[in-house]
Parts: sequence; C-alpha cells; structure tokens
Amino acid sequence: MSNVVLKIENISKQYRLGEQGTGTISHDINRWWHKVRGKEDPYLKVGDVNDRSKQGGSDYVWSLKDINFEVKKGEVLGIIGKNGAGKSTLLKILSQVTTPTTGEVKVKGRIAALLEVGTGFHPDLTGRENVFLNGAILGMSKPEIKSKLNEIIEFSGVAKYIDTPVKRYSSGMMVRLGFAVAAHLEPEILIVDEVLAVGDQEFQDKCIGKMKDVSTSGRTILFVSHNIAAVQSLCSSCLYLKNGKIEKIGQTKEVIEAYLNENKNVQVTGVIPSDFFRQYTNGEAFFRKILVKDLDNNKIERLGFNQPFKVVLELETLHDLKQVAININIGTTLGQPILYAMDKLQSTYVARDFEKGYHNIETEFSMRLLPGKYAFTVGLNYLANGNTIDWVENVYFITVDKVGYNKNENYPWDHVHGFVEPETKWNYKK
Amino acid sequence: MSKENEHWTLKIKPHSNWYDIRLGEILNYKDLLFLLVRRDFVSVYKQTILGPIWFFIQPIITALTFTVIFGNLAKVSTDGLPQVLFYMSGITLWNYFSDTLAKTSDTFTANAGVFGKVYFPRMIVPLSVVISNLIKLGVQFLLFFSVWVYFLLQSDQIHPNAYILITPFLIILMGFMGLSFGILISSMTTKYRDLKFLVTFGIQLMMYASPIVYPLSIVPQKYKWIIVANPVTSIIETFKYAFLGVGEFNWFYLTYSLVFTIILFFISLIVFHKVEKSFMDTV
Repeated sequence: MSNVVLKIENISKQYRLGEQGTGTISHDINRWWHKVRGKEDPYLKVGDVNDRSKQGGSDYVWSLKDINFEVKKGEVLGIIGKNGAGKSTLLKILSQVTTPTTGEVKVKGRIAALLEVGTGFHPDLTGRENVFLNGAILGMSKPEIKSKLNEIIEFSGVAKYIDTPVKRYSSGMMVRLGFAVAAHLEPEILIVDEVLAVGDQEFQDKCIGKMKDVSTSGRTILFVSHNIAAVQSLCSSCLYLKNGKIEKIGQTKEVIEAYLNENKNVQVTGVIPSDFFRQYTNGEAFFRKILVKDLDNNKIERLGFNQPFKVVLELETLHDLKQVAININIGTTLGQPILYAMDKLQSTYVARDFEKGYHNIETEFSMRLLPGKYAFTVGLNYLANGNTIDWVENVYFITVDKVGYNKNENYPWDHVHGFVEPETKWNYKK
Repeated sequence: MSKENEHWTLKIKPHSNWYDIRLGEILNYKDLLFLLVRRDFVSVYKQTILGPIWFFIQPIITALTFTVIFGNLAKVSTDGLPQVLFYMSGITLWNYFSDTLAKTSDTFTANAGVFGKVYFPRMIVPLSVVISNLIKLGVQFLLFFSVWVYFLLQSDQIHPNAYILITPFLIILMGFMGLSFGILISSMTTKYRDLKFLVTFGIQLMMYASPIVYPLSIVPQKYKWIIVANPVTSIIETFKYAFLGVGEFNWFYLTYSLVFTIILFFISLIVFHKVEKSFMDTV
C-alpha cells in the first residue's frame, strides 16, 4: 500500500470572464442545445491561458490547466505563485467549495480547509458559542469540540473575552480564535491559506509552531502563502504555480529559487516587463524602467552605509496627464513600508503635468538607511483626489552594507535595530 | 490504470449523477444542524429587551390588523367565527410556510461567504431554517391554542373534531412545501437574480390566494379553482376544519397538496444539489 493521501489528476478549471448578464444566457442556451444533441460543450475548447496582465481574445479563461501531482502522508507542501496564478482555485477545488471543470481528485482521509479563519462567526454570539459553531462548520462533532474547548481557548489567548460577543473583538482576536479552532481540528489533510498574513509576530510564531506539530504527528498539510520565509521554514516540498500551470514542483529550496528568479530581470536591466504584476493600474500610464544609481550615474544594487543615491524612473504616459504626482516608497522585503517620498516644494506637495510619451525622472535621496535589504515600490497618483494611475510594488531591491560610504563611517554593530538612523542632537545636563 | 486497488475516502469529480445526493452525509453534520438552529434562535433575541416575547407579538399584531381591516372595514365574512380566532388559525400555519420560504430562498446568496470557504452539506442550512421555524411555530401555536381554548369555553360556535389528530401531518407538509419552494428559488437565483425580486411580492400574492383572510366558502364558484390549485389552501382549510369545525375538508384536495409537495421536493432537491456544486463560480 502506497502512502499517497492526495492524488490530483488532470485538474482544470475554466471561468467565464466579464459580467454575468444577458450575454451569459445565450451561451447557456447554446451549451444546453449542444448537450441535447449529444455534442461536446462548445466553450470547453476555447479559453485563454490564465495570464492576468494580458487582454485575451476569449470570454473564457483556464484558471487551472492540467494539474497533476501527488502528496504523501506527512508531507508539508507549500504552494507559491503570483496573485492569480490559480492557488486559491486549486484550494477551492480541494476543499470542495467548487468543482473542477475536468479531472479528478482522490483523497484518503478527512480533508479540512482553513481558508480564512473565522468564517461563519456570528457577531452576536459569544466567543465560546462561536467556537462550537465554527468547529461544527469545519466538521468537528460536539463532543470533539467539548473535549478540546479548554485547549482551544488557551491557545487563542482570548480567555478573558470568551463570553463576550465576538462583534466586540478586535480583528486580531477574531483571527486568533478562528485559528485556534481550526488548529485543533484533526483532519488527515489540512489546507492552510494565508492565515499568517494577519495577527502579530507572536501569534504568527505560534501558528507556525502549531503547524510543525501537526506535520510531525504524521498529518499532511498544504500551505499556500506569499510569505516565502514561512514556506521555507515549514515545507518539505513546494509547488510553484504560474498562469494556472505547474511551473515547478520539488524540493522547497529549488522551487523557491526558481520563483524568486522570475523577478530578477528587473534587477539586471531595470526594465519593468509589461506582464510584471501591477497591484493597480488604470491604463493611463505605466512605469517602464527603474534603476538605482550612485551620484556618478553608475547603476548600483549594493550601497555603502550612508551612501546617497538616486532613483531613475521611466514613465510612459498614454495621453497627456495633468496634476499628477509620483511617489517612491522604500520598504522591507516582506512588504512593510518604511519611507514614502513625494516631490515637495517648501512644505507643499507638488503635482506635475506630463505630455503623452516617455519621461525620465531622477530623484535624489539622502537619509541614513541602516544595513539591510530594501524594496522599492513606485506609484503615480492624481494629487487632488489621490486616485491611483499606476502602482507597482516591490519592483526593485537594494542592499545597504555595513561598510561605510565614507571610509571612516562603518556600521559597527552586529545587530541592526530598525531601518533608518535619524539625525539627532543630544543634550546632557546635570 | 493503477494496480494498487486503493481505498479513497473521497473523489472530487466535475460532474456527479443527479441521484448522488449523499443525504447520509447530513447525519455526520447533525451537530452543525442543531448548532445552527440554536444560533438562529439565540441570535434573534440577543440585544433586545423583550427577547422571546417578540415571537408572540408578531402574530398578535397581524391578527389584530386583519381584524380591523378585513373584519371590520372590509367586512369579509369569517363563517360566523370570532374574527381574532379565525385569522389566527390561518396565520399560524401560514407564517410557518412563508417564513421558511422567505428564509431558505436566499440560502446561497446569504451564505456565499461561508460556502465559499468551507465544505459541508449545503442542505444543512435550509434544514436548520425549517427546524428553527418549527420551534417558532410551536411557540405561536401555543398562543393560538390558548385563544382557541378561551373561545371554546366562551362560545359554542366552535366544533373541533377528530381531524385535529392530523395536525402534525399538516405542519410537516407546510414545512416541506416552504423548504422546497425556498431551495428551488435559491438555486435558481444564483446565476440570474431576477426571481429574487418576486419572492416578497410572490409570498404576499400567495397569501391572498389562500383562505387566510377569507373563508373558502365565500369564493365564487367561477374562481374557486384558482384558490384550490394553490397547494397551501387545502392544508389551511383542513386545519381550520379540524380546530374550528367550519370550512371544507376534502381528501382529494389534501392528496393533491401532498403529491404536489412530494414532487416539488424531489425536483428542488435535485436542482439544489446540482447548483451547490458550482454556485461559487456564478453567485
């Protein structure tokens, strides 16, 4: 007997784009008419590859296409990929929330999903009542919940509020309680989606610890996350989805490397490809290039401590833009924003006009970034109402070294606390 | 293809057969069913001052309104019965039907959030509505019962008879009919919302097509078939006949309601089952 507990065979999922409306009914009738005559569904043959950034020709899109893989007992499989790569669709199929268009999934044992914690919480019920309700929704029986109630409450860390309606809870408390319930579920296969994105550091550590416990007890976990660090520390193997297809599956380290390399090109050439993932764009303008240079105009990725630098952007505007402002953000590589820069003249933010065409923008920065790795995010907005035109996150990375830019100004400590060193004046009195 | 004759506990396939309804699965989730019933019940009177008393207030006020409007202003006959009692006997069962229908008719749209995250047999949700409304019916029935006893002692216009014994059957029939209509509508509105706009309106219309504010006896012969074709009619008439001794009792009409409910229930169940598999993509 093999120890495969989950077998995914030829899974594909097709979605219809656009609005459900009058257009849909004609397709439905056509589909029904084909079925009546014993013919194949005419819309199954069409369909574009799931590539979010390109406008396709068809109304139908394959969110997942021909997915095949197996998961063994006790394996912790990480699933990574950009937004819209099909991760959630895959999980939805596995958790039986929706059905695949083709293919088959075979499961051995109970499968339970932890897609978004706290689903099914009723705001008027107390924490305790919701533990029972939520547990039952996830498939636990009442005696099962009862026997674990104390453990759940203790794990959640909201014991004090357990008899208060959950509508009085902070969102963090709600997440804690939700995760606590789900963590005490004992399915053979547990699906976890992005729960770590919420909650404070302490709680995230707790969650990761719990998942490690679960996996060592011989149960299987599928873990979907954008948090590469978490995937790396938890998962024994990893699946990288791209445009609805499996790009790579295997050892976590190799798969993650392949995933990270995907975005490396920007780093080398400075060109932001047209299919680069933009968090938001309204199509009026696009950032096309980004480079970081030193003051002698050499392209750099590593900076000395306290080295001034400039960011060079190329912006393409598709028509004349009036009263817009560029902003450049510096953040951690995990996406935490640190600094936000906008063009400013005598304490007022200024807007600019851009004619249709390409524009080069150079911005000089001076501040003391502490050693570490930083990510740039660039955006273009209308100044008056703040509406976003283009917004590209984590598009370029720099590393600040401990070696000082000025020869005698190295960063002397082993540990780095914080990100920016402020200019301070110290007065001592007695 | 695979040599290993392995035992898979679950297979997820694109399509399933219409008869593969997996009703047995509901048993595994019976705890959820009762917790949902409890939730419906408890959450209704949380943060209210009068609490469960609201269950009484609603039918009392409806009965009084009907007494004023239909009894006194429009002077619609009540077959010589005390008006409050007459209206109450109609409303009690009707409310069960209409509440069940209204609340189950948006099963999919109202629960899209939970349904989109976790799997459990979707049928649990409408079933919990049927049960929690049954409890509500029990409470309102007590109210009707006390009014009924009062008039039974006070006057001699009321002639209850042995048909009272089939009341549980009438209640079950009402519950299933409300449920069937509800889940059918809910399944049909996941893709096209048009029907949704008809629900509140349709329920109201159906009420006036049922002998609630008037006795069946005053309906002109010419139109009687419309009222009788309404499957709710015979249930309400039988109920009135059993408790009050007026109205019409007709085995044929009652059998019609029963057959209607059974057929409707199976159609709804199949449609509901078909929709629950894929509604997340269209809702």
